[in-house]
Amino acid sequence: GAGKSRALMQIFSEEIMEGLITFGIPIRTTFDNSTTVQYAGLLQQLTMKARSTVRDIDPRNDLTFLRIRSKKHEIMVAPENEYLLIVIQKPCE
Amino acid sequence: MLLAMAIAPYRATRLQDEDVSTEVGEGLDEWAAGKILVKPPDQLELTEAELKEEFTRILTANNPHAPQNIVRYSFKERTYKPISYVDQMAIHFSLNGNMILKDSDEGRRQNARLSIEAGNTEDIQEEAEEAGTAEVAEAAEAEEPPPLRPKERKLANQFNFIERASKTLNNPLRDRACQSEPTPCKNFSATANQWEIYDAYVEELQKMEKSKEKEKPRAHIAKKEEKRRGRKSTSLESQSDDITKVSKAAKIMERMVNQNTFDDIAQDFKYFEDASDEYRDQQGTLLPLWKFQYDKTKRLAVTAISWNPKYKDLFAVGYGSYDFMKQSRGMLLLYTMKNPSFPEYIFSSESGIMCLDIHNAHPHLVAVGFYDGNVAIYNLKKPSSQPSYKSSAKSGKHTDPVWQVKWQKDDMDNNLNFFSVSSDGRIVSWTLVKNELVHTDVIKLSVEGTTMQGPEGLQLQTLGCGTSFDFHKKIDYLFLVGTEEGKIYKCSKCYSSQFLDVFEAHHMAVDAVSWNPYHTKVFISCSSDWTVKIWDHTIKTPMFIYDLNSAVGDVAWSPYSSTVFAAVTTDGKAHVFDLSVNKYEAICTQVVVAKKKNKITHVQFNPVYPVVIIGDDRGHVTCLKLSPNLRRMPKQPAVQLAAPDKVLHNGSEGI
Repeated sequence: GAGKSRALMQIFSEEIMEGLITFGIPIRTTFDNSTTVQYAGLLQQLTMKARSTVRDIDPRNDLTFLRIRSKKHEIMVAPENEYLLIVIQKPCE
Repeated sequence: MLLAMAIAPYRATRLQDEDVSTEVGEGLDEWAAGKILVKPPDQLELTEAELKEEFTRILTANNPHAPQNIVRYSFKERTYKPISYVDQMAIHFSLNGNMILKDSDEGRRQNARLSIEAGNTEDIQEEAEEAGTAEVAEAAEAEEPPPLRPKERKLANQFNFIERASKTLNNPLRDRACQSEPTPCKNFSATANQWEIYDAYVEELQKMEKSKEKEKPRAHIAKKEEKRRGRKSTSLESQSDDITKVSKAAKIMERMVNQNTFDDIAQDFKYFEDASDEYRDQQGTLLPLWKFQYDKTKRLAVTAISWNPKYKDLFAVGYGSYDFMKQSRGMLLLYTMKNPSFPEYIFSSESGIMCLDIHNAHPHLVAVGFYDGNVAIYNLKKPSSQPSYKSSAKSGKHTDPVWQVKWQKDDMDNNLNFFSVSSDGRIVSWTLVKNELVHTDVIKLSVEGTTMQGPEGLQLQTLGCGTSFDFHKKIDYLFLVGTEEGKIYKCSKCYSSQFLDVFEAHHMAVDAVSWNPYHTKVFISCSSDWTVKIWDHTIKTPMFIYDLNSAVGDVAWSPYSSTVFAAVTTDGKAHVFDLSVNKYEAICTQVVVAKKKNKITHVQFNPVYPVVIIGDDRGHVTCLKLSPNLRRMPKQPAVQLAAPDKVLHNGSEGI
């Protein structure tokens, strides 16, 4: 437990990373407020859609991770229970 | 005597009258017999002659009152002329009658009216009319009025139109309304997906199962336990951080982030094959992949590494110190190749860890040997950082550092057990009986010929210091022990006091012994005397000797080929040998660690992937990929066994 939180904070502290945890509404974030709200809202919907898609195909299946790679960065979403963990990573190339 | 004249004629008339009257009178004379003719005094006296004149009287239709002398002016003659004819009509009586011609309009109308008023009399009238008239036309006319009559009746008399209207009293309107409280409405929307339906069924099923469980009598106790657990967990949750609630997601995320960060390395690991190996004439290379380090272990040396038998990407690293003077704490970390940044499991201990082994069947159990002679078992499934079971001075711990531990098969009571070897000369079997570690001395490594004469005639036996051992893969009771003196003992679990055989192997401590995984007779040993030796356990002398110019820290057979093994030296080099290719030299010699003075302490092949991990004494673990030349596998497994034989036969001359 403690180790995990340490690990996460480590991720957050690196320069290439920014992240936020949302529970419908953002709980913890390293972004500024407006960006946080925007990301949270949009990604929530997308995650629901993705999960619905996956489960529609096979109800026993479930979504574990969602990755959106764009030109500028990569958005990673991990849903868990009612929470959403969102991390934006800049490519290190 | 106008009067007389006038009277004359008049008299005539009078006479007439008188005549008449006299006639009448004559008639009446009878009456008036007594009448006497009286001559008035003023009567005209007529001569006789005159009295006998006859006057003729004519009756004419002339109006005596009609004027006979009407004169009219005639403009033609410009004189007055008397009219020739004078109207002689004398109207005595006139009366305006009210009879109307029945054929005229008014007559017809009145007839119609009369017919409507008196229904029967109409017919009579008709008949009367019919009888009265001779012409057919009149009869036809009589027939027409009857049908016309009803029509005519309906027509309003336009001159005599009366409009009648009446106004009713409109009741005043009153509004009455009643408002009820609106029923509470709630908007609800959902989609009926396949998975929603599935979820509903699953829930239903779970409820049914729960109800069944509750029926069982055990439920009482179970409930209490659950409640307790529930309380504990809730109290923990309330204290814990937000992040821990998404711990699973966070873990996945961490791995993904690492994958991205180390993307090129991951790609290399999976796909890169060094093409230049073709040109290298059977030499190979080691491609550095990930480097695992943890800041708390920076001062510690890697003392043991082991791959997890179940999860091929997970490996355990034990940290401690080889330095006698600088003994401090130890750590046990488990890393996964999926996450090079941070270990998955962290355990810390007071004493340096010297060795570890992961159970084959229970990959969550890690047996660990400490520098202070203790052994312990860590359970990865439990979150605590302390070992689940630990030996102590009472329970027979070693008096010297434990150099190697190895899990054995479960004993007859299905208890877990493992062996440990230590510098105190004992090989001990530890059994986990009812949550306690019970030890059994298996063998004491007595050094032959070194019984000393102690005081009072006691014979003291000095014991050799075991530094490594390895159990045979097939023959369960057979195992090898390497000692600090450089000897290798072949032992059996059955004989506790005697060895089966002794090999004078090295001049210095034997750091590692290892049976060949394919060839049951061959084993390898390495030592700080710079040599690596390959033996056949039936032959006293080694088959191969390799001098590596530096103390050899560890040696390991590869799991995929019976002729490939790797050795690491304290000068930071890794050597990979393939006996089927080159019996005398390594096919790869490569500096693996960055800095000098960084000694490599251990090496391990991954059972599945073509990687090796190498630990050094700075607390780093490096993962390297073997190039294709190093991974040559013989085509058939039978050849695996045969190859060393060939090699052996050919090579034994070489020594």
